[in-house]
Amino acid sequence: MLSDITLGQFFPAKSLMHKADPRLKICLTIFSIVLIFAAGNFFSLGWAVLYIALAMALSKIPLKMYLRALKPILFLVAFTAVLNIFYGTGDPLFQWGILKITKNGLLNCLFVSIRIIVLILASSVLTFTTSPTQLTDAIERLLRPLSKLHVPVHDFAMMMTIALRFVPLLMEETDKIMSAQKARGADMESGGLVQRVKALIPVLIPLFVSAFRRAYDLATAMESRCYHGGEGRTKMKVLRFSSHDYCIIGSALLALAAFITLNMVFPPAIVR
Amino acid sequence: MTVLETRNLTYKYGIGTPFEKTAVEDVSIQIERGEFLGVIGHTGSGKSTLIQMLNGLIRPTSGQVLLEGKDIWAEPKKIRDVRFKVGMVFQYPEYQLFEETVLKDIMFGPKNMGLSDAQAQARAEEAAAFTGLKAELLEKSPFELSGGEKRRAAIAGVIAMDPEVLVLDEPTAGLDPRGRDVLLTQITQYHKKRGNTVLLVSHSMEDIGRTADRLLVMNSSRCAYLAPTQEVFAQSGRLEEMGLRVPQITKIVQALERLGCPVDPSTLTVDHALKQLIPYFKQLNPGKES
Repeated sequence: MLSDITLGQFFPAKSLMHKADPRLKICLTIFSIVLIFAAGNFFSLGWAVLYIALAMALSKIPLKMYLRALKPILFLVAFTAVLNIFYGTGDPLFQWGILKITKNGLLNCLFVSIRIIVLILASSVLTFTTSPTQLTDAIERLLRPLSKLHVPVHDFAMMMTIALRFVPLLMEETDKIMSAQKARGADMESGGLVQRVKALIPVLIPLFVSAFRRAYDLATAMESRCYHGGEGRTKMKVLRFSSHDYCIIGSALLALAAFITLNMVFPPAIVR
Repeated sequence: MTVLETRNLTYKYGIGTPFEKTAVEDVSIQIERGEFLGVIGHTGSGKSTLIQMLNGLIRPTSGQVLLEGKDIWAEPKKIRDVRFKVGMVFQYPEYQLFEETVLKDIMFGPKNMGLSDAQAQARAEEAAAFTGLKAELLEKSPFELSGGEKRRAAIAGVIAMDPEVLVLDEPTAGLDPRGRDVLLTQITQYHKKRGNTVLLVSHSMEDIGRTADRLLVMNSSRCAYLAPTQEVFAQSGRLEEMGLRVPQITKIVQALERLGCPVDPSTLTVDHALKQLIPYFKQLNPGKES
């Protein structure tokens, strides 16, 4: 039941996207998200969608996994779509009391829905093809300039690695504790909202206690292996750009040029 | 009389994914009322999955679990009643404690059964006494107790539901030798006094040899044996093939028997072995007195 969450899960495979440098992938994800939000008309938006679809195809990850990642945000999409559909301007196509649907509203609704969906897909490409270790390594490297301003970048990266490492462990622990409490007759499947929240207490308290216990154990284990922060620490796998990564940068620049052209040539779709 | 029965019980993990795995396959066993059944098996042999199906925490892929002759999944909404009748103590149960006081924590199960505060408290105090938990600890927070005391409190939390069948998954794991002995003695005493059925899962053949009347041996998802303890431990060769072994004392008496010493090769405890061996050695050296 708890293992259904796929957002932020890594799927090992051999593909172009898996091979790409994680720093580049983070930058490209941000780049494509900016593209999606900068898109003013359906042509440039379509181009950005195409670009992300290509990345998805190159990742060799089954489409089913991407669809599963979309599941948790479907409600959000539906909600914004409904909001947008009634806020259009222009002549109404359909009217019921104060609620009216216009052509402009329909277009807005479609536009916003595509934006949100593609946003999740773009970040899924990153998390599906990049292992958590690579991801934190890359973030640490990208944020290194901030350490000049005395921001403890390495410590943040380490905290993130540990947090990610503990997610599956804590999930497993939750399952175990839930089974144990169910064995004592805890009822978590029925009752109203208040009852259900109350039923979580016997699970949450042991879970917190065990999280703290694990944290202390880990701190002791790290200290007994002389961990003392990032100063002078070297990496086993040093991140290096390959020729392959430069090709990706080149294609991204070409895509950007085409995007800007499309955005300027065609009129904006959303009119407020 | 049979209290729990399984018919062709099978459980598969991850159906429809590439990770599909059969954890329990075609297990048909009968557990008698009032017996002390030891459950042994190599890691990954399916014993944990099997016991979780016995109290309805896992729903079998196919096959049935019958409690007192009734299929426990006949009415899925009433599965909680099954869990009260088949009490389950998980491995490291001390991690399930959550209430403000030990007493309240032990009362959690009985209260879920719908008992009144007074009844639940009476049950809790009785259960605490069974597990040897001192009365002054009951008003403390469970997080102030020592590891061994927490374990007792958690076991008491299940015993307080007064289950027909008590399943214990490695109750002595991680305890010191003395703690193990004391806890096992308390479990056997509880079994004798209440006369209910106890299932003990353990990796310690010594513990099993000391306590169990019958043994259920799981091997690669299937039930390999369900027979009296002495009969199972007489098959030391087969057990070793399954990655298990017999108690050390049984190994010694089996070796002695092969050397021509008149001992029972199915001896399970040191005490029993001594009873046979001391007279024999005395008779070998009649002059010496020790």
